[in-house]
Amino acid sequence: MTSEIVSIENLWLFRGEHVILEDINLRLNRADFLGLIGPNGGGKSTLLKLMLGLIKPDKGRIRIFGQQPEAARGMIGYLPQKTIFDQSFPVKVLEVAQMGRFSRTGLFRRYGPADRDAALRALEAVGMEDRAEREIGALSGGEQQRVFVARSLVSDPELLLLDEPTAGIDSAQQAEFYELLCHLNQDRGIAIILVSHDITAVSKYVGKIACLNQRLYYHGSKELTSEDIEKAYGCPVDLIAHGTPHRVLRKHD
Amino acid sequence: MMIELQLDLFQYDFMRVALAAGLASAVLCGIIGIYVILNKIVFISDGIAHAAFGGIGLGYFLGFDPLLFGVGSAILTAIGIGMVSGRARVSEDTAIGVFMATGMALGVMLLTLSEGYARDLYGYLFGNILAVTVNDVLLISALTLVILFLTYILYKEFLIMSFDPVYGEAIGLPVKSLRLLLLAMVAFSVVVLIKIVGIIMVIALLTIPGAISRQHLKELPAIMAGSVVLGAIFVTVGLLVSYLLDVPSGATIILTAAAFFFLSTMYSR
Repeated sequence: MTSEIVSIENLWLFRGEHVILEDINLRLNRADFLGLIGPNGGGKSTLLKLMLGLIKPDKGRIRIFGQQPEAARGMIGYLPQKTIFDQSFPVKVLEVAQMGRFSRTGLFRRYGPADRDAALRALEAVGMEDRAEREIGALSGGEQQRVFVARSLVSDPELLLLDEPTAGIDSAQQAEFYELLCHLNQDRGIAIILVSHDITAVSKYVGKIACLNQRLYYHGSKELTSEDIEKAYGCPVDLIAHGTPHRVLRKHD
Repeated sequence: MMIELQLDLFQYDFMRVALAAGLASAVLCGIIGIYVILNKIVFISDGIAHAAFGGIGLGYFLGFDPLLFGVGSAILTAIGIGMVSGRARVSEDTAIGVFMATGMALGVMLLTLSEGYARDLYGYLFGNILAVTVNDVLLISALTLVILFLTYILYKEFLIMSFDPVYGEAIGLPVKSLRLLLLAMVAFSVVVLIKIVGIIMVIALLTIPGAISRQHLKELPAIMAGSVVLGAIFVTVGLLVSYLLDVPSGATIILTAAAFFFLSTMYSR
């Protein structure tokens, strides 16, 4: 086994006549922390769904842990962009977190004490352990989001795919949340792909950055050229930089 | 005096059989109904019930067991709706509308072409619990046990699917197969319930006990248990009233349930 956990080669995706993703190449190793930025509709969520095998590419090859994406799902923790659910659904926070144990427990088997402990630990990791017995609908949006992060952590994944995880979380909680991701990445060696449109916040924490707008701008590092950003966003760079210190762009004259 | 009267009327065999069938179907409705509500598949369940009429008509016409054909056509409808919807710009609710009307039309046509249809037609449409046989009770009980077993071993799977199917699929849960299994369980339940309350009203028995139970209880197992108890109350009260007043049993059961539902809804607000 190599340490390569994501390998995407010459991947194309079409929807009807339109090109959604164009010649995507991406390699990630164990314990990489990739920030995936780009404008809305640029294909960020779609790329995550390809990695989960929910969508099939029209051309090209995609391997996760050297396997077809569907076969690797058990090793992936996933947080969808927006979890739409019935706010009055009769389910407790602990039960929601426990749902992520499915890939470990398997079909037809009921959860045991180990699953319950794992769910409690995951809730503790996101600071929601005291809400374990509450109904999910009784929590605020930010708290619910944390529970869904716990749900993606509970299977002890080796790759975390997070689609806009800080949506609906206030800025103090966001910093705390990013610290949590850094801890998971550095101490547990979990590889993370973090989709976000908040370049400033992301660039502070991630190890590598890629920018996606139909094409993927990625140099295997934390730097993107100003041309990359301009091409991807189709607008002047200072609109994005906007006075905040950041480390996405290499210093240039 | 009332108690004497009750004991008295349950001395009739047909009343005992009817009550047994009603109680077994209350368990069935209690469990399946909750999943119908949580997955928001009320309309497709109603479509399946109506489409079952096509199979019943065919069974009748060919001289085989109508309910067996009813189950067959109900399951085929569930699969058919899944196949047609999403194809050629047909949305799921459009597909349901088409299938349910087609099933009803086929049923009416085939029953009319068969001998002595009139009385049975009424029974299938509006239910006739007093015509339930001992064999029917055994069938309902067996089916109830199978469904209890399935929902027990697939409890966590159905919970994920009902709560967040998108996530379920992403973590490798066979959401499509589970949904088809749920629809098949609905199809079986619906056809059994046709005997009790009839095609037109079957959806009420499937949804009302669960809807009330959900207004007052919080955890899923408790909601299911509450739904079973409520179903049993509706069937028993409905049977008694229909016997005492000599009015149709199916309609009485549904009106009893509906009365509880409106009272409960007013009380919860």
